[in-house]
Amino acid sequence: MLIKRAADRMLRGDDIASREITDHGVYLNRRAFMTGVAALALAPWSREAEAQGNLQPLPATKNSAYQVQEALTSYKSITTYNNFYEFGTDKGDPAAYGASLKTRPWTVKVDGLCAKPKTFDIEELLKFPLEERVYRLRCVEAWSMVIPWIGFPLSELIKRVEPTGQAKYVEFTTLVNPEMFPGQKRGIFGFSLDWPYTEGLRLDEAMHPLTLMTVGLYGQVLPNQNGAPLRVVVPWKYGFKSGKSIVRIRLTSDEPKTSWNRAAPSEYGFYSNVNPDVSHPRWSQATERRIGELKRRDTLMFNGYADQVASLYAGMDLKKFY
Amino acid sequence: MSSRVRIALKAAIWIASLWPLGTLVRGYFTDDLGANPIDYITRTLGLTALVLLLSSLGMTPLRVLFRWSWPIQVRRLLGLLAFFYVCLHFAVWIGLDHFFAWRRMWEDILKRPYITVGVLALVLLIPLAATSTSGMIKRLGGANWRLLHKLAYVIGGLGVLHFLWLAKKGRTTPYYYAITLAVLLGVRLWEWLRKRATVASLAPRGGEGARARD
Repeated sequence: MLIKRAADRMLRGDDIASREITDHGVYLNRRAFMTGVAALALAPWSREAEAQGNLQPLPATKNSAYQVQEALTSYKSITTYNNFYEFGTDKGDPAAYGASLKTRPWTVKVDGLCAKPKTFDIEELLKFPLEERVYRLRCVEAWSMVIPWIGFPLSELIKRVEPTGQAKYVEFTTLVNPEMFPGQKRGIFGFSLDWPYTEGLRLDEAMHPLTLMTVGLYGQVLPNQNGAPLRVVVPWKYGFKSGKSIVRIRLTSDEPKTSWNRAAPSEYGFYSNVNPDVSHPRWSQATERRIGELKRRDTLMFNGYADQVASLYAGMDLKKFY
Repeated sequence: MSSRVRIALKAAIWIASLWPLGTLVRGYFTDDLGANPIDYITRTLGLTALVLLLSSLGMTPLRVLFRWSWPIQVRRLLGLLAFFYVCLHFAVWIGLDHFFAWRRMWEDILKRPYITVGVLALVLLIPLAATSTSGMIKRLGGANWRLLHKLAYVIGGLGVLHFLWLAKKGRTTPYYYAITLAVLLGVRLWEWLRKRATVASLAPRGGEGARARD
């Protein structure tokens, strides 16, 4: 019954009115109550994930304000069809070579323009109140998924270090370690991305309630191929904007250089918001293939999160700031 | 080459080249085409087409380098199998990938260079496939036919460009195909230069003078 009622209350990303976004105090109270039923709420998809092998359950509270009401992509697809060049350029490489990544010990240095820079141990970050949210993921290659992530708002982490008034951007850095990431070894032709992989957001984008510091999916600890032990998820931007296996988060005053932008500036801009009206030079972004579906579906502005995020870009020419 | 050996060779080519199609059909029934089956099917068909196209372009160099005669006897088969895979690749793009969204496909052909060159390669393959019969060779005359079928070099180039331009940065496979094509065309160029030199040296006035006059 509980599960069914929760399902009835599911909202589409583009339907979330601000009144639906839970006040944090209320949320914490609800969390105390929900912790008891969390395992129950997670049950239906944990089973599918567990069927795939040796996994660690990760308790989290379902945040009913962030539930896309579309069929979830299968755990198998989410964990075997990945772009994570640190493991290799093939979509199957991250799952094939994921085991070489060691996620303990792991620390995340949060520094730059802030009053209280700090290096967090991963165990400390896992003690943040974890919530489950179902988001759409739209890859720049015109395919998409629906994924139940587990994490906490990035804003909670950034607030801890107290950004100064000069901080305008946030830079995310992925681990460099060719022993753990075979894709970071130089290939025959010598060109891949420049490591480390760096990504960035404007501070207001990073502080947006949708931006999730992510440590799990499908009720389980985040698999290595999906960016373990922790990654960013920015659901209204193309997937490559969401850095994986993060070791450093830096507050800056200038727009950070980002990896794909350095590699091909005309193809990948700093903003990279999902936008059906702005084509990638080599393919249209008007439609997408939802993994698991046959026919293409129309791509939604800001990946369906326009009501929540369009105001961040008021007055900007999105064709210029692509 | 005895006819039995030739039949065995052709049978081997049929089996090897239909193998990728077989794995796709089997994968469809065993649900083993990965998370994005349409993309996987499209890429498998396209890659097989390119391998067959380069194989057919590899037959003349084999004859040139090793003085074998059999490569020329299977060249047409390889070329037609390449055309078959290009057609399947295109049909999947139209029917499965775009679900007959003609306007969107037309825009893609005009706007995306990798699609433009891909469609151009298909269009250029049609006259070659249509004139592949012995009857057509007779009707066109050997010289005209050979000239027309030099288009295969252009098609090979367009196929490799299509692959290079659609690949994301960091992918190295397309470069191996580009190098292979360069080697295959390079052997032809080398043979052509060698023949020209031989002809020049056999010319009545012969020797260095004739070569210098060229």
